[in-house]
Amino acid sequence: MAVQALRRFFDGDLWYSFRRSPTAMTAALVAFACIFGAVFAEWVAPHNPMDLATLELADARLPPAWLAEGSTKYLLGTDDQGRDILSALMYGSRISLFVGVASVLVSLVVGVSLGLLAGFVGGKTDAFIMRICDVMLSFPSILIALLIYGIGRALFPNAHETLAFAVLIIAISLTGWVQYARTVRGSTLVERNKDYVQAARVIGVPTLRIMRRHVLPNVTGPVMVLATIQVASAIIIEATLSFLGVGVPPTSPSLGTLIRVGNDLLFSGEWWITVFPGTMLVLIALSVNLLGDWLRDALNPKLR
Amino acid sequence: MTLKPTVLALALALSCGLAGAVTLRVANQGDAQSMDPHSLNETLQLTFTGNVYEPLVGRDKKLALAPILATDWKQTSPTVWRFELRKGVSFHDGTPFTADDVVFSLKRAAGEGSDMQSYTSPFKEVRKVGTHAIEIETLAPFPILPDVLTNVFIMSKKWCEDNKAVIPVDRRKGIENTASFKANGTGPFRLKERQPSARTVLIRNGTYWGKVDGNVDEVIFTPIGSSPTRVAALLSGEVDVIEPVPLQDIERIKSSPNLKVSQGPELRTIFLGMDQKRDELLFSNVKGKNPFKDKRVRQAFYQAIDIETIKSRVMRGASLPSALMVGPGIRGFTPEQNKRLPYDADAARKLLAEAGYPGGFEVGLNCPNDRYVNDADICQAVAANLARIGVKVNLQTETKNTYFPKILRRDTSFYLLGWTPSTYDAHNALTSLMATPTDKGQGQFNLGAYSNPKLDELTLKIQSETDQGKRNALIKEAFEIHANDIGHIPLHQQALASAMKKNVEITQLPDNFMPYKWATVK
Repeated sequence: MAVQALRRFFDGDLWYSFRRSPTAMTAALVAFACIFGAVFAEWVAPHNPMDLATLELADARLPPAWLAEGSTKYLLGTDDQGRDILSALMYGSRISLFVGVASVLVSLVVGVSLGLLAGFVGGKTDAFIMRICDVMLSFPSILIALLIYGIGRALFPNAHETLAFAVLIIAISLTGWVQYARTVRGSTLVERNKDYVQAARVIGVPTLRIMRRHVLPNVTGPVMVLATIQVASAIIIEATLSFLGVGVPPTSPSLGTLIRVGNDLLFSGEWWITVFPGTMLVLIALSVNLLGDWLRDALNPKLR
Repeated sequence: MTLKPTVLALALALSCGLAGAVTLRVANQGDAQSMDPHSLNETLQLTFTGNVYEPLVGRDKKLALAPILATDWKQTSPTVWRFELRKGVSFHDGTPFTADDVVFSLKRAAGEGSDMQSYTSPFKEVRKVGTHAIEIETLAPFPILPDVLTNVFIMSKKWCEDNKAVIPVDRRKGIENTASFKANGTGPFRLKERQPSARTVLIRNGTYWGKVDGNVDEVIFTPIGSSPTRVAALLSGEVDVIEPVPLQDIERIKSSPNLKVSQGPELRTIFLGMDQKRDELLFSNVKGKNPFKDKRVRQAFYQAIDIETIKSRVMRGASLPSALMVGPGIRGFTPEQNKRLPYDADAARKLLAEAGYPGGFEVGLNCPNDRYVNDADICQAVAANLARIGVKVNLQTETKNTYFPKILRRDTSFYLLGWTPSTYDAHNALTSLMATPTDKGQGQFNLGAYSNPKLDELTLKIQSETDQGKRNALIKEAFEIHANDIGHIPLHQQALASAMKKNVEITQLPDNFMPYKWATVK
């Protein structure tokens, strides 16, 4: 079954289009490298920057290995607490990717459900949901995330680290669901009046089942594209929140935290602390975005 | 089109009008929390409101006592001090300054909601003995009373009553009143504009009673929390003075031809405090008991901290590791007592095991991130140090606007604080930080409620001892007790650093006060 599915995939249009797009292949390669480093950080990274007990404060702010005072022990140098930058990048992008993917999943579920409901049921429900979307869209997403995060922290002032992560994920996902809801609603409006849906109705299939079994599979294409692109923007929102100092706790640095720490040292010539995490963030966001773009083109029959 | 020339002319007229005025633009890491001079006993708050309000007795540039609103003071009996008040002084709104205002202000400072109770706790009664004379009677002989009064500012009785500001703003309870946003003092500057956390403007008080050394007519105070932004503001000429200078940027600013850095030791001691009162810590995984009640745990924490590396790496050499809660320059400081327990992680692990925590435990550490020099970095380094002995620190760093109200509510298990004895005397540190907390104001900043009756007794004796030699011996004994108990974990005295344009002359005292009346722009 799995083999067949794989064969079908490699024989299919998607793989063909992928092979013919150097941009997509490069992006996939970069994204793969980043994700690999992040997921297998425990085994790949030379140090563990999350384990406070192993930090050597005496080694703080060492430059990259190829500079005069650098040490081969720390390939890309160390930050102000003596964390190895290379390892911190791997662990940091893991946090960023985790928060990014998790918040996209949450906003995907919320957005798709509400979009389906709005499109399929219509009427007042539709109007209500869409007005909420309009309101949400009229604010910059970072503002909404800050607001929700602030409320979350006020409700649980002494939140444990794990809860802080949960609040962060919810804050980011609640800003992202609108895109899904709008996209899905649009597609649903089209699908709703098609013959197969009418047929299902006529034979008495319950509404929920029609929505799930018949409409949903036909609106997933654009959602997949959107989700890929949203991962990149979720990572950037997380980085922004951490940069502003309200994101993840300082002892488990994400890319945004690392950039903020480096930002304080920008004028003093210790550039590596901010440049490397910054580059990493660009690489992840860019590669994921390019993949999303390619996916959109590949899935769009009109562009084929 | 016809409008434009008018606007231009107006702008021109305005700029001409202001051309003669000297403006000083100051950027600080944080903002004064309120304009109410009794609301928070914190240096920035006091130095800023000290431009608008004045005490009876102040300090000159050499830190010696100087007459401000009182022209003369003397002890008429061991427990009574008499102050002759300055005549011909009026508040910014024109009300004349009299003894009633002093009696009112000292009562306000001693009353509910005030953060200045640690200064007024030895008072028994404040009496008016003439329109321009008052007497303060203390519970016990109190030789350093004039020193203690230097931070208690005088407000107008009439103005406070008219504006419903008779009770101080209480930041802990989030209570604000008119005195938060408006001010009516006798000082050399008037408050012109107040936008909390954004911009505060002071203008020179034209009818000031005294002579002003500086030439500044207007001060625009802007809090800029982010260090690189603050430095960039100075480099670009957007502000004239920044304080503090991030340690990493000192060299860069020194190398600029138009800027200078002024550096010196500060009287502030940075230390860690631990909740030793509650039977169970608020933020810990140890249930049913409080590990900090065990001296071995406190000592383990102390010895786990590698203060020299914090000095060289986090503070870039700009700190003085300390074993005492006061630093050099404070009356009662004895250099031979200033010997820290050695940094020894193995000994610390052993102590922790003996106390019954061989695998360590978890505890929350509260820390400001915009108050002291590299405060959040110090806490991260401490967290890393403690991780080595198995203690997992859940670090929470936050801005001082949320940090101070929280820890002053004693909503913490383990915290970082800095303290400058505002009287330049060890007694202030003893009574504020180390004495057992009472509702009278003693131990008001002893947030972990460290308590030793012997130290309390000595503190009272020190308060009334007039013989300097005996007094120093008592202080030494009290410090000995505190160090022995490891009541707190002293870390270091930080260095002061501010940077300014070369044409700006400011006077910054070692207690971090920077009165604008002594600022000159050439």
